[in-house]
Amino acid sequence: MKAFEIVLLGCLVVCAVSVAFARDLLTSIIIFMSYSLIMCVIWIFLQSPDLAVTEAAVGAGVTSILFFVTLKKIKAIRKEDPDEQTER
Amino acid sequence: MSRQRDNYQQSFWRKFRQWVDGEVDTLTAERMESAAPVLQPETAAPAPVPQPETAVPAPVPQPETAAPAPVPQPETAAPAPVPQPQTVAPASHPQPNGAPALSPVTEGRGLRLYNRFYQIMSVLLCMGIILVLLWTIAYLPVFGNAGNPDNNEVSARYIEQGLKETGAMNMVTGMILDYRAFDTFGESCVLFIASCCVLVLLRVDTAPGENPGKKKHGAAGDPAQVHLPEQLVDDRIFEPKNDIILQKCATVLVPVILMFGVYIILNGHLSPGGGFSGGAVMGSGLILYLNAFGFRKTERFFNEKVYRRITVSALTFYCLAKSYSFFTGANHLESGIPLGTAGAILSSGLILPLNICVGLVVACTMYAFYTLFRKGGI
Repeated sequence: MKAFEIVLLGCLVVCAVSVAFARDLLTSIIIFMSYSLIMCVIWIFLQSPDLAVTEAAVGAGVTSILFFVTLKKIKAIRKEDPDEQTER
Repeated sequence: MSRQRDNYQQSFWRKFRQWVDGEVDTLTAERMESAAPVLQPETAAPAPVPQPETAVPAPVPQPETAAPAPVPQPETAAPAPVPQPQTVAPASHPQPNGAPALSPVTEGRGLRLYNRFYQIMSVLLCMGIILVLLWTIAYLPVFGNAGNPDNNEVSARYIEQGLKETGAMNMVTGMILDYRAFDTFGESCVLFIASCCVLVLLRVDTAPGENPGKKKHGAAGDPAQVHLPEQLVDDRIFEPKNDIILQKCATVLVPVILMFGVYIILNGHLSPGGGFSGGAVMGSGLILYLNAFGFRKTERFFNEKVYRRITVSALTFYCLAKSYSFFTGANHLESGIPLGTAGAILSSGLILPLNICVGLVVACTMYAFYTLFRKGGI
């Protein structure tokens, strides 16, 4: 169980660094979601399941959805589709 | 410091001065005030103020490369079309009056040096902050150590007397909704205020009873031309998308998620959870339902009026109930609220209704955030 915790913490650090270095905003949001999920499991290990539920609902759910909607509002998602088609 | 700058009209320091004086609106650089008082170059030589910025782009040989502001400062790069009289502008200057001064930013050795310096300094600053934080963390008390400063009489009181005084099996809920209920009230009000701010920022004004899409039709004039881009702009026309996979998944998942949220809220004083977690779960369930089935379905049971009534009544009930409880508690009166048997669902006095209030406020706020982002109205 200790090893699993260490693996989770390592994944947390990797996620936190790669959010900053991701080129695509959509990618960084998805990495941020996975960061929240890992954090949710860590909260359970720290014996606070209520925080885990809140983290899963707010961090991984609502916040990421709001980020997605914002990206759609500023048309940061839709722009990429023709670019990818032309490249292929 | 009082050097004579031949191209002062385009210099960084003058733009900075204009931005500081408020003559230039940096957010909308294209519609600046035309009546901005233009400083004459001989009178307005750089003031004897300590200015490290101007020293950096100084060693640029060409006059046109000294004009633009450094890249990493967006507020200085924005006011590009500086209104300047024709007489002051140098004749050999390659840019016309309103041309954006952003293009030759990449040229110029001084600017490149400045960019390199800026990057190195930012990385060094980040590393310094990380090191300081890590160094501070090394001095934190050990997790779970008995000699920690948080192991004092307050937590001992909570642990020993909490069940008897609040009647809540879940100690955390007993703390945040009984001992520290005023904090939770503040948090609920913060959520309400946040949703109000988002409402102010993102609301799309329409006449009552009018579809926002139709209003754009009328305002834009020719409906045939506006039809397609308006559909692209307005998400609401596209709802629901009738995605069969999403709808089937939502049919299975939404009742489960909503029931789980209700369970967390109602069982908040017995098991881990409480108003905030349950409200967030219920809000995400509502958002999923909205994504699958569209605004027309959700507006039948949740519109702005319902949102207003639920939120205001929940906050008012919370305020009145806790005011009564605090008043009687502070004056050593008998509050008359039965605590019940610990472990039963109807127990622990005011905690259950307060949990329901907080949960309703949080769920409504989450849902309102999403709808405001999506269509500009609840």
